Amino acid sequence: MDFIDPHIHIASRTTDDLAVMAKMGCRAVAEPAFWMGYDRSGVNSFHDYFRQLTEWEPRRCANFGIDHYSWMGINAKEAEDVGFSREVIAELPSFLDRPTVLGIGEIGLHKCTRNEVATLELLIDLALSRGEMMVFHTPHLEDKYKGTRMILDLLRGDRRVDPARVCIDHCEEHTIRLALEEGYWAGVTLYPVTKANPRRLVDLVEMVGPDRLLANSSADWGPSDPLAVPEVVASMRRRGHPFSTIHQLVWDNPVAFLGQSAHFHAPI
Amino acid sequence: MSMPSNAVETLNRDWLPLRAALIDLAATLDRIDRAEGSVDEDARWAQIQQSLAVLSAPEANRAEQIQLIFSLPYEPNWRP
Repeated sequence: MDFIDPHIHIASRTTDDLAVMAKMGCRAVAEPAFWMGYDRSGVNSFHDYFRQLTEWEPRRCANFGIDHYSWMGINAKEAEDVGFSREVIAELPSFLDRPTVLGIGEIGLHKCTRNEVATLELLIDLALSRGEMMVFHTPHLEDKYKGTRMILDLLRGDRRVDPARVCIDHCEEHTIRLALEEGYWAGVTLYPVTKANPRRLVDLVEMVGPDRLLANSSADWGPSDPLAVPEVVASMRRRGHPFSTIHQLVWDNPVAFLGQSAHFHAPI
Repeated sequence: MSMPSNAVETLNRDWLPLRAALIDLAATLDRIDRAEGSVDEDARWAQIQQSLAVLSAPEANRAEQIQLIFSLPYEPNWRP
């Protein structure tokens, strides 16, 4: 079945991964800017990374018939130095205008510190002042519940926010309803050990329904699976879900969410 | 909500993975017991004990309850 992976870090994956993803039906991916596994030493490192996401990775994916889109931002793990974050944020507008950029992401919280919040407020303001869509990284493990609620508090306080244009990502059993009940899209990350897995995502579909859910691999430089989305397809088939529900989750929903950006064109 | 499953069919499908997960869980706890020293004062051990209690409870939202056991509390007045 054709599918779209709405959150994957292609910059950290091999060309062999792209070949297998294409064979399994991957037609498009969206890659949020994130922490590459090490703290960058200066603004130029971010500049080059943003160029990689907007120039090189689209070409690499195109070799396999996969459309590549990206989100621009500074991740929470490198956002503790607010002065440095301001310098990186100043780089973003010129990249946001590039033809495959969908908006600002993934931004959010990591350890939920005061400085992370300060940087996040700058990013949210930039997004809203330009009418950009947003993807939010919610924290890992014990910080997720608290951090998700703090992000929702920040968004609730700004009248410019349109929840339909925002994805709260990395949702799990204890946070997914928080996002959906306020009208946001909820991303579920299929990341072994520390996040959800295909079976638990299917449980969530059965509990809250498929509307406004996005299934993503978030495959990156850590233990992760670039074929996690087709694994969801297989799990749903095994459990007797109809084609229409599976197709909604892995195709219609990503097209509906990402398609709110004028830069996104659904694969034909 | 979507696709309410038949309980027997679900148990049939998940029987072997569930059995394996429970044995792996038991073996991990045994491994900790066999090791030198004690984890009785470790806050993570208390979380594990709370989670095990949730597993044997009758409610149907065990996964969410266990997620919350492993979560830091949210303070509504977090803004300075």
